[in-house]
Amino acid sequence: MAEIVSLPEAVAELVRDGDTIALEGFTHLIPVAAGHEIIRQRRRDLTLVRMTPDIVYDQMIGAGCARKLVFSWGGNPGVGSLHRFRDAIENGWPAPLEIEEHSHAGMANRYVAAASGLPFAVLRGYVGTDLLAHTPTVKPITCPFTGEVLTAVQALQLDAAIVHAQRADRDGNVQLWGITGVQKEAVLAARRSLVTVEEVVDELDLRPDAVVLPSWTVRWVAEVPGGAHPSYAQGYYDRDNAYYRAWDPISRDRDAFTEWLSAHVLDRQGDG
Amino acid sequence: MSWTADEMMSVAAARALRDGTACFVGIGLPSTAANLARRTHAPNLVLIYESGTIGAKPGRLPLSIGDGVLAETAETVVGVPEVFNYWLQPGRIETGFLGAAQIDRFGNINTTVIGPDYQHPKVRLPGAGGAPEIAASCRQVIVIVRQSRRTFVERVDFVTSFGYGSGPGDRERLGLTGRGPVLVITDLGVLEPDPRTRELTLTSLHPGVTVERAREATGWELAVAAEVATTAPPTALELETLRALEAADKVDQ
Repeated sequence: MAEIVSLPEAVAELVRDGDTIALEGFTHLIPVAAGHEIIRQRRRDLTLVRMTPDIVYDQMIGAGCARKLVFSWGGNPGVGSLHRFRDAIENGWPAPLEIEEHSHAGMANRYVAAASGLPFAVLRGYVGTDLLAHTPTVKPITCPFTGEVLTAVQALQLDAAIVHAQRADRDGNVQLWGITGVQKEAVLAARRSLVTVEEVVDELDLRPDAVVLPSWTVRWVAEVPGGAHPSYAQGYYDRDNAYYRAWDPISRDRDAFTEWLSAHVLDRQGDG
Repeated sequence: MSWTADEMMSVAAARALRDGTACFVGIGLPSTAANLARRTHAPNLVLIYESGTIGAKPGRLPLSIGDGVLAETAETVVGVPEVFNYWLQPGRIETGFLGAAQIDRFGNINTTVIGPDYQHPKVRLPGAGGAPEIAASCRQVIVIVRQSRRTFVERVDFVTSFGYGSGPGDRERLGLTGRGPVLVITDLGVLEPDPRTRELTLTSLHPGVTVERAREATGWELAVAAEVATTAPPTALELETLRALEAADKVDQ
């Protein structure tokens, strides 16, 4: 059964230095507040996993939380580059960042394999690309039935997964809808998990389009209204596009970033 | 009505999409062109975005592949593993619509790194996203990209998405099911792979553009078709529709 706790309490127990963690969300429902709490608790040497690392991962990388990034597309959607990510890779600031990169199809299947308790997944992918030469978790595999050569990707086992959802009930059953990305797979691929939610309600009304994570599949639930801002929570608030654009000049400059980090993350209390 | 080179590019790309087919759409130029097509000659074009939104009918240009307007208007929203495994992989989707940071004479695309050293790139780009499998598994690929020597290079620094490799037979050898890039639409004209050599060949120029100018904007000895067509200029309807889409986009920002 999921335990309903505050965000700082959940993060303190969930994330340990050196862990492999994913904060998933495909443009929608990105657990930004949880990422900021990880920065405030000064976690280090994390392997950060996400299909689409965007500005919250840029912030975590710039704040020095990450040792390695596992991803398939890293950018500020609709705006441009992630400058803290680029500075880490191109110049090693604030620390060198190891990368392991995939395609979306590969990452999605790696989560599915881990959620399924399998060591790998099979797909038609990566063929002819230079990703094969640089990514050790992708290898060719021969089909035992037809002899066809396909591609295997290693399961993406996580120490911890964090996702954001619209709501949970008081027993910790979680409901999310709209674009749900790989959130279910990420939670099921992780040893420990936290779901931040817009609100905790007495009863979840039935929504046929919703993904439900039953309470017993989640370790902690924290009520964090606005916890996905500047991304959006369908039915609650829209994407703050101005924030994404404003991030570009802040993130280009180390001093501007450091100042921003102090004012907007480090010197603030958790919202939990 | 006068128009810009970018508008001509979007219009030419929109025209290439057949009504009633399914199109896997990337954000940016491909999304603009696909939404223009749906508002002009292809009202039944099925838009599929990698966020899992199938049959999206956005009333405005989505700002990202996960824009809420896509989920709200889609026929169905599926998880990301499903969109790649069930929908893209078996070849159900007619057209993959991609952009590029670099493209070479055989239509191979780079969106990963600029520079010869992957570990220490000159420029780190966003990476692959859905593109490698879109390029492999859609029945055909259309590329939309502005033409310049920086982008049109002899060899891409990194093959993110496979075109024709180093020439004829490479796709077949690798067992790739889709035909590969059939059109490269730029702000100057249109390139198509030569049926024999697979080398991208200039087959059409937009009005007012010369072969010389296309050559200057290409980082290899550009092959030119025996007869180069002139792209039909944008119609008033195409331009008005495109401008309305882009104006709504700006207001929203």
